[in-house]
Amino acid sequence: MERPLTKNIHIDRPPLNLKEYEMTGGYKSVRNALKNMSPEEVRSLIQESNLKGRGGAGFNTGMKWSFVPKGPDAPATKYLIANADEMEPGTFKDRLLLEGNPHQLIEGMIVSSYAIQATTAYIFLRWAYKEAALRIRQAIHEAYEAGYLGKNILGTELNLEMHLHTGAGRYICGEETALLNSLEGKRASPRAKPPFPQVSGLFGKPTIVNNVETLCNIPHIVNHGADWFRSLSYSEDGGTKLYGVSGRVKKPGIWELPMGITMRQLVEEYAGGMQKGYNFRGALPGGASTDFLTEQHLDIKMDFKTVSAAGSRLGTGTMIVLDDHTCPVGFVHNLQHFFAQESCGWCTPCREGLPWVERILLSIEKGEGRLEDLDLLSFHTTYLGPGSTFCALAPGAMEPLQSALKYFREDFERHIHDKKCPYNGNHIH
Amino acid sequence: MLSSEEIKEIEHEVAQVPHRKAACIEALKIVQKHRGWVSDSSLNAVADYMEMSTAELDSIATFYNLIFRKPVGRHVILLCDSISCWVMGYEKVYDAFKNHLGIHFGETTPDGRFTLLPNVCLGTCDHAPALMIDEDTYRDVKEEQLEGILEKYK
Amino acid sequence: MATIYIDNKAYEVKEGKNLLETCLTLGFNLPYFCWHPAMGSVGACRQCAVKVFKDETDTRGRITMSCMESVSNELRLSISDADAVQFRANIIEWLMTNHPHDCAVCDEGGSCHLQDMTVMTGHNYRRFEYKKRTYQNQYLGPFINHEMNRCIQCYRCVRFYKDYAGGKDLDVFAAHNHVYFGRSEDGILQNEFSGNLAEVCPTGVFTDKTLKEHYTRKWDFTSAPSVCQHCSLGCNIIAAERYGELRQITSRYNGEVNGYFICDRGRFGYEFVNSPLRIKEAKLRDENSKDLNKKNLLNKTSALITPGKTIGIGSPRTSMESNFALRKLIGAENFYQGISEQEASLHKLILEVMNSGIAYIPSLKEVEEADAILVLGEDLHNSAPMLALAVRQAIQKGPSELKTSLPAWHSLALKEFIQQEHAPLFIANPLKTQLDELAQASLNLSPAEIIQLGYAIAHHIDSASPIEHLLSESLLKEAKAIAKALSKAKKPLIITGTSSMQEGLVKAAANIAKSLKTANLCFVEHECNSLGLAMMDAPPLEEAMKHVFLNDTDTVIILENDLYRRTSSGNVDRFFEACKEIIVIDHLHNKTTQKASVLIPTGTFAESDGTLINNEGRAQSFFQALNAKNELIQESWRWLNELFSLQKGISIKDRTSPHELLEEIAIAMPQFKGIAQAVLQSDFRINGQRIPREPHRYSGRTAMNAHDNVSEPKPAQDLDTPMSFTMEGYRGEPPSSIIPFYWSPGWNSVQSVNKFQIEIGGALHGGDPGIRLINNKEGMSSYYDNNFVPIELKDQEWLAIPVQHIYGSDELSIHTPGVTERSPQPYIGLNKLDAENLNLQDGSKVTFETDGEEVTLPLRIITELPRKVAILPHGLQDFNCHLPIILRIKNLKKSR
Ligand SMILES: Cc1cc2nc3c(=O)[nH]c(=O)nc-3n(C[C@H](O)[C@H](O)[C@H](O)COP(=O)(O)O)c2cc1C
Ligand code: SF4
Ligand code: FES
Repeated sequence: MERPLTKNIHIDRPPLNLKEYEMTGGYKSVRNALKNMSPEEVRSLIQESNLKGRGGAGFNTGMKWSFVPKGPDAPATKYLIANADEMEPGTFKDRLLLEGNPHQLIEGMIVSSYAIQATTAYIFLRWAYKEAALRIRQAIHEAYEAGYLGKNILGTELNLEMHLHTGAGRYICGEETALLNSLEGKRASPRAKPPFPQVSGLFGKPTIVNNVETLCNIPHIVNHGADWFRSLSYSEDGGTKLYGVSGRVKKPGIWELPMGITMRQLVEEYAGGMQKGYNFRGALPGGASTDFLTEQHLDIKMDFKTVSAAGSRLGTGTMIVLDDHTCPVGFVHNLQHFFAQESCGWCTPCREGLPWVERILLSIEKGEGRLEDLDLLSFHTTYLGPGSTFCALAPGAMEPLQSALKYFREDFERHIHDKKCPYNGNHIH
Repeated sequence: MLSSEEIKEIEHEVAQVPHRKAACIEALKIVQKHRGWVSDSSLNAVADYMEMSTAELDSIATFYNLIFRKPVGRHVILLCDSISCWVMGYEKVYDAFKNHLGIHFGETTPDGRFTLLPNVCLGTCDHAPALMIDEDTYRDVKEEQLEGILEKYK
Repeated sequence: MATIYIDNKAYEVKEGKNLLETCLTLGFNLPYFCWHPAMGSVGACRQCAVKVFKDETDTRGRITMSCMESVSNELRLSISDADAVQFRANIIEWLMTNHPHDCAVCDEGGSCHLQDMTVMTGHNYRRFEYKKRTYQNQYLGPFINHEMNRCIQCYRCVRFYKDYAGGKDLDVFAAHNHVYFGRSEDGILQNEFSGNLAEVCPTGVFTDKTLKEHYTRKWDFTSAPSVCQHCSLGCNIIAAERYGELRQITSRYNGEVNGYFICDRGRFGYEFVNSPLRIKEAKLRDENSKDLNKKNLLNKTSALITPGKTIGIGSPRTSMESNFALRKLIGAENFYQGISEQEASLHKLILEVMNSGIAYIPSLKEVEEADAILVLGEDLHNSAPMLALAVRQAIQKGPSELKTSLPAWHSLALKEFIQQEHAPLFIANPLKTQLDELAQASLNLSPAEIIQLGYAIAHHIDSASPIEHLLSESLLKEAKAIAKALSKAKKPLIITGTSSMQEGLVKAAANIAKSLKTANLCFVEHECNSLGLAMMDAPPLEEAMKHVFLNDTDTVIILENDLYRRTSSGNVDRFFEACKEIIVIDHLHNKTTQKASVLIPTGTFAESDGTLINNEGRAQSFFQALNAKNELIQESWRWLNELFSLQKGISIKDRTSPHELLEEIAIAMPQFKGIAQAVLQSDFRINGQRIPREPHRYSGRTAMNAHDNVSEPKPAQDLDTPMSFTMEGYRGEPPSSIIPFYWSPGWNSVQSVNKFQIEIGGALHGGDPGIRLINNKEGMSSYYDNNFVPIELKDQEWLAIPVQHIYGSDELSIHTPGVTERSPQPYIGLNKLDAENLNLQDGSKVTFETDGEEVTLPLRIITELPRKVAILPHGLQDFNCHLPIILRIKNLKKSR
C-alpha cells in the first residue's frame, strides 16, 4: 500500500530538510513540470487524475484551475493560496502534513503556481500551529536558497514569491473568500460568488485557493502520472486520503489510506475499535459540519460519492465518534455553540439562527425543553440549508443537527420528557 | 508609539503585500507579541502607522478572537472546548483549572500570571483533551498533570 | 430589453439591473434591508428572497436573493411562491429575535423600514423566548442619536458612512451576533454626511437628534418640498412642521441633483428658523411697534419710497421672486446685486463661461460619471459638500481602463475588484482637503500658483492657450501629468469656484475646458441663489454706494442681506450714514438690521414659496412648510409686491402667484426664459383636488390648538400653489416638483421613494424637478489671457484668503445650536515656518492690521499652507475686512 503523502513523515523526528527531502526524490516534480510540461499540460494532468479537493467540498482540482483566465489579456498578477487554516472541530490532518513535511507542500505549491501562472503564493496558516509555522518558515527559506523560489526558478521564466501568513483566529477564515479578506487585512466575512476567486480573488486578481492536502498530492501526480494516482484508490476518486478518528476509540489517530476504505475498517482496524465499556452509536465522518452516520453505515466506502449517497459528506475525512455514554444532545449543543460563535455576523440566518439553535439545545440539555422546541430545531435545519445563507458555514452547522434529530430523536424526547439529561448532563458549560 | 523593533517587524510584513493596509492584522499581532495585548493607545499607534483610522483598525481587531483588546496575564491558557475534547472530557480539565487558579474562562489570576480562555479545536483531536499555553501545546491532558504544567510558567 | 416571467406573467424589462430593482420598478412589494438603491447589493440580509426557476418545466426552483441576480432574458421567478414567502417571513423572525419591540417609544416608529417589512412579510408572533442581547449606546455628537439595541445588522450604516461617504470614525466591531455599529469610542461623528445615517438605517438605531428635541411622528408633520439654502448646489429637501415650528429636514430625492442624500449642514442647519434672533415684529423709526399692523406698515413704508429717489439692494440668499419683486418696485436701473464688486465680477465671468458653450455644465449625478477630475482652489467638503460626495463616487469607480464584467449593482464585489485603484483626481488648493486621500496628486499652493498651474495645464493640452508664468520645474511637471490624464479621459471634469475669490481660477479653468474640447466644467459659488442673482446682471454693492454718495437718494431698500458680510464695515457705515431711510427686510437680526429705520420681518425659506438657481443654472422651487402665526411674517416678494400695488394704486388683494411672478421675470429678462416651468400654476389640480401637505393619518387637528380656542380654527389657505395645508386632497402620487413627503401604501419609511421613480435610482415620475436655464451654445471664441500680476508682499505682509467651513461659514445655519457647536472659533492660519519666524506657537495671539483696524486672533499653525499666505475662516471673522486682502502682522519678531 503506497503512502505518497506521509511516507517521509515520522512523528517522532523533525521533518526532512531540503537536502534530505531532495534525496527522497523531493522537488523532482518542479523540474519535471517546468522543463518538460506546459502549464496547461500540468493542469490537464491534474484534472485527469481526478484529484478532488481535500478541503471539504471535493471539487476536481484541475477543473477549478481551468477557470483562471489565461492568455495575454488575463491579469499578469495571479495568486495561489494554500489553505492551512484547519479549524474545523475534529479535523487534524493538515497539521500532520505541515509539521511533518513542509517541503512537500512547497513543492506542490510551486508546481501549482506554474500551472496557473501565479507569481505570488501564500500559505494561510492557523495561529495555533506554532511548530508548523517554524518549520514552514525554515523550509521556505531553504527553498529560496536553493533557487526553487524567487526569480527565474531553475533557470526558467518562472518567478514565484512565497509567504507564510499566520491567522489571528476565527474558523471562518478557512472559507476561501473569507480567507481572501483576511489576507487583505480585513474582517473575514465571506465574499459573494460569483465572481469566483479564480477570476477576481486576492487583491482583485485571479486566485486559486487549495487545501494543504490537495496541494501535497500535486508533486506525486506530476511524477507518477494520472493513472498511477487513480490506481492508489479503492474508488473512482483518485489517490490516497488522510483519514482520522477521534472520540472514545482505543487508538485515535490519523492514517494515509487508499481513498474508499470503509468506515468499519477505519474504526475497528485502524482506530482499534471502541474503548472498553463504550459502544459505537454514530460518527460524523468528515468533521463537525457533516451529517451523522450510524452503525448501519459502517460498511460504506469513505469516498465523496458513497458518503454522500449515505446522507452525509466525506468532508475532511476526519471522523468524530459518538459513543453510548455521551449525550447526543450535549454533543450537538457543543457543535452549535462552536458554529454560533464562529459565525462571521454578516448574513441574517446564520448570525441570528445559530445562537437560537444553541440556546434551544442548551435548554433541552438542562431539562427545560418542550416538544415544540424540536419543531423549532427542524425549522432551522430546513431554513439554514444551502442557498439560504451567504456561505457554507451555517448549512454545515445544520448537518450534524438534522441527522441527530433523525437518528437520536428518542434522546431529545427523553430529555424533554424526563426534564433532565439522561446522561447526567455532565457536559454543559 | 511603536518601538523600533516593532516597526522593523511590521515593515517586514508590509513588504509581503501590495497595499500597506493589508498587513494590519500582522501589525496587530506584532504589537501584541511585544506587549501582551492591544490597548487603545497601542491600537492608535498601529492605526497611525498603517495609515488607517482607529475605527477601521478596531473593526478588524475586534473581529479576530486572538487579538486581545483587553489586558491578559503573562501567560494565556487556551483550552480547547470543541467536540473531540468535549467528548473526551475537557470539562474535567476546566474544573481543575478553576480549582488551581481560581478563575473562570475570560478571567485573569489576581497575580496577573494566567488568563484562561476557551478556544476552538486545536487540531490535535486524536490527543484530546488538549490545550495551549503561550506557544506550547499539551495533549492528552489529565487533571493530575496540570499543577506540574503550570509550574513551568512564572 | 429582456422578457422575464414573474409568477408566470411576462414583463419587458431593462437588462443590467438586478432582480430586486426590477421587481420594485415593476411595482412589486418585495422586502429588503441590506440593498440600498445608491449603494447596491451585498446579499447579506437575505430578506429579498424569491424563487428562480430554470425553465418552464422546473417546478421546484431554487431560493435566490433577488438583489444578487442580474436580469436575463427568459428568466422565470416567483415572488408569491410559498417557500419564498416563508423564507422572507423567517428572516424577519430572526431579525426580530433581539429587537426590543419598542416602536411606541422609538423615533423611527411610523417611518420605519423594519416596521414596514415586518408587516409586509406577515411575521406576527415571536417564538424566540430567551433573553435578548443588549448593547450600550454611544454619544455621537449633536446631530445623531444612537440606540444600538434596535440594530438589525444590515450593514447599511457602515457601507454608507465609510464606503460611500469616506467617513473614518464609524465601523462595525466584533463578530457573530455581537456585531456592533458605532464609533470606537464615544465622540462626535466627524463625517459631513452623518445625517444620512438616519435615513439609511432601516430602523431606529441612528436617528436625528435635533428632531428628538421637538419630536413628531412622520404622520403628524405638515411637510413641504423645499430646496436647501446653505450652499449653491440646491439639494432638494423636505421641510417638516408641527406646532408652528420647523422640526425636521430630510432629503428629497432628485435623480439629477442630490439623489438620496444631503449634507449635515443642509439637514441640521434648519434651526435658525426657530431661532430667538428671528425678527417677529416690524420697526418704523421711533414708533411703538405694537401699533404696526400690516396695513399701516405698508402705507408708511410706501410713503418713504419715491420713484427715482429709492434704490434697492438684492441678495444672493433669497429667491428670484423676491429679488425680482424688489427690482420691479424700484425700477431695473435702481436695483443692485448686494454683493461686492469683486464677487459680482467673478459671477459675471462664471456666467460668461457657462454661457459660452466651451464645456458642459454637469449636474451632480453627471459629476459621478466623470472619469478624471481636476479641482482648482476649492475644498469641496466645506464649500459644496454634496459635490465632494459626487466626486468621491466618480473616483471610487476606479480608472476606466479597469475592465470588468461585474454589473454596477454588485457593489462589494466591485470594491474587492477595484481595490485601491482610483480614477485620476487632482487637487490644487492652499490647504489639504478630505478628497486628497483619493487624489493622484494634491498640491498645496498659493492662489497665484494654482492659477498658473491651471494655465500651464491648458497650455500643455493646446499650445494655443496662453502660457503660464513663473511656475517651478516640479509644478510644470505636475501640470504635464495632469494635462495628460485629462486628455486621456472621456469625461474629464474641471471644478473650481469662488471660495478664494480669484478671477484667474475661473479663466484658467475655462481655458483647460476649452483646450480639452469635450470637458465638463463645474463652478461652485457661495450662496443658494448666487447664480440667479448674477443672471439678473445688476451692478454690485459698491455701485449702490457710489450712487447714494453722488445722488440725492432718499431711501435704500435692503432685501435679506447683511451688508457687513459683503464689504468692510467702514464702507458700510459710511454708506448707511449717507442714506436717509434704510428699509431692511429680513428674518434674522444682524448688524444691518440694527441700522434699519424701517425693519420689515419676512419669512425664512420655511415660511415662503420661492425659486432659486443653483450652480448649474437649474431653477428649483421651494414651498412654504409652516404658517407664520404672525401676519407680518410673509415672503419678501409679497411685501414688495404689495408695496408695488400701493405705489401703483392697485388693490393689494390682487395677489400675484409665484408662477405669475416667474412668468414676469422671463418677460422682463429673457435670460430667464423657461423659469416659470419650475413651478406649477396655483390652480393646478388632480381630479379637482389639491396636493395635501399632511398625510391622511395626520392627528390632533381638532385638539392641538385647544388650549387657545376650543373650536377648531379654519385651516390656512394656500392661494399660491396647488398644495393644501391640510390632509385633504389627492391621495395619489403628486407631480415631481411638489412631493411634500414620500409615502405609499405599506411603505411608511423614506424607502417609499422607490414608488415615485420611473426606475429605481432613476428620474422621478414625470421627470426630476428643476429647469436648467443655461443651455450654452455661443462658443467661446478665444482663450482668456493670462493677466499675471505678481503680488508684492513686504516683510510683515501676508496675503489673507478666506477658507470655507461647512459649519460656520454659512450665514444662516450657524444660528443652529449643533452647528455652532461644530463651528470653529475665529482664527488666523499661518504656515509653520512663517509662525516660527514670528516666534509664534499654535494658539498664540496674532495681531494684524487691516483697513486701518487692528485685530487679534489666535493662531492655527497649518503645516501645508504655502508661505506668506494667511487664512481666515469665511463668515466667522467679526471685523473690518473683506477677503482676500493684504494684511500686516504686527507681532514683532523677538530677538532670541
Ligand atoms: C466555514 C468554512 C470553513 C472552511 N475551512 C477550511 C479550512 O480550514 N481548510 C480548508 O482547506 N478548507 C476549508 N474550507 C473550504 C474552503 O472554502 C475551500 O473550499 C477549500 O480550501 C478549497 O480547497 P480544495 O479545492 O483543495 O478542497 C472551509 C469552508 C467553509 C465554508
Ligand atoms: S453563513 Fe453568513 S453569517 Fe454565517 S459565516 Fe457564512 S456569511 Fe457569515
Ligand atoms: S436586500 Fe437582498 S440580501 Fe439584503
